[in-house]
Amino acid sequence: MGFFHNYEEMAAMILFGIGFTTLLLHKNMIKKIIGFSMMDSAIYLFLAAKGYIEGRTAPIVVDGVQSMEAYINPIPAGLVLTGIVVSVSVTALMLALTVRLYRRYHTLDIDEITAQVRKEEQ
Amino acid sequence: MAKTRNDYENSWWPRFVRWLKNGSSALDDAMYGDLEEEAVLPDAPAGDAEKREAQWDERRRLLLRDEQDMYSQVHAWSRSKGAKLAQWFYRVTAVVICLGIIWMLLQTAAYLPPFGNPDNPANNEVSRRYIEQGMQETGAVNIVAGMILDYRAFDTLGESNVLFIAACSVLILLRISSEKHGGDAVAQLEAEADDRMYEPKNDLILQRIASFLVPLILLFGVYIIMNGHISPGGGFSGGAVMGAGLILYLNAFGFRKTERFFTFKTFKVVSLCALSFYAVSKAYSFFTGANHLSSFISPGTPGRLFSAGLIPYLNIAVGLVVCCTMYAFYTLFRKGDM
Repeated sequence: MGFFHNYEEMAAMILFGIGFTTLLLHKNMIKKIIGFSMMDSAIYLFLAAKGYIEGRTAPIVVDGVQSMEAYINPIPAGLVLTGIVVSVSVTALMLALTVRLYRRYHTLDIDEITAQVRKEEQ
Repeated sequence: MAKTRNDYENSWWPRFVRWLKNGSSALDDAMYGDLEEEAVLPDAPAGDAEKREAQWDERRRLLLRDEQDMYSQVHAWSRSKGAKLAQWFYRVTAVVICLGIIWMLLQTAAYLPPFGNPDNPANNEVSRRYIEQGMQETGAVNIVAGMILDYRAFDTLGESNVLFIAACSVLILLRISSEKHGGDAVAQLEAEADDRMYEPKNDLILQRIASFLVPLILLFGVYIIMNGHISPGGGFSGGAVMGAGLILYLNAFGFRKTERFFTFKTFKVVSLCALSFYAVSKAYSFFTGANHLSSFISPGTPGRLFSAGLIPYLNIAVGLVVCCTMYAFYTLFRKGDM
């Protein structure tokens, strides 16, 4: 325990917090999506940091060496790959929805869109 | 006795209950005090009934006016200063909550096992198995490729499907249908100022550089995909590179030239074929593997281009899906259509 090791994980946590703050504080939907992407990146950083082992190389077999002591953990790499693909898909979907909302309401401000929707409902 | 009751009715609790029930106003409160008021008013002779009536009317009118003033003041406040105050409050709360979350996450990170330590619990027998047996069992030199396309191949199939489904959703949301035009779609097209208006393109510098770069980029993408099991790379990264090449071509030469070889139909056919090939071949390999049947898939010699059983072919399938999807995302988000 102590705040002076695990710098990579700490950085990931702070990045996650910044992304979450962006999500809460901005009214512009594009900026909300940017905050969301920052949270995604923080997760990748965290996973990659968890898989790293001091002084070992990437898990690609070189010269037939196949001992556990030569390579880092390959599993987080696979997880990050999955995460990147899913986040690309989710970002594209969110942006498409934003484009549709903009075409209809001509604003990106989420409060204004809500107000206009309420007015339409009445 | 009567006095106690009156005191009770004027105390804060029954007033609060009245307010809860039907939104009491200053006028109502005054009316509740009527019994008492009668005693307070000077005992007028019986003939002064009209005068008393007039007094009461005056009182009511004043009270009503006060109440309306109060309401309009409150409304004005809530529109100007109140709104600002609420926003400020929201912002401060948001920052406080976020700082709290960051603090909690940092506390958690401080308790995690140390960074880069080989004895961490994450480095358990699963990764040992992948590293020590992976090359013999899958034939892939790149252990990550062997893991995601052999041991965990259905996971990767789901991933490609997520990408494909996202592309379909974006298509549904953004495509301006040309066949079934309701008036809406046509109006939208006119309003949006289609990017096709700027064609044919004649940006000479961009076109010369693109005609030199695009083949190289596509070739590099093919290289990354084909060597996915030997070196770093694979279907996802290679597909993204190829998609970038296609996007550059589209930007340099415009929709009309790109549509000679890549249309919406190409996207449909290629994605469908790649995903079904992936699903069928992987189902075959899982079926034979689980039932101890002999299959024609063999790991081959590790390090060769066509080795590692199904992995290069699956990489090609994934690469095609990713390439098509990237290009589709780009064209759909541009003004103009696929």
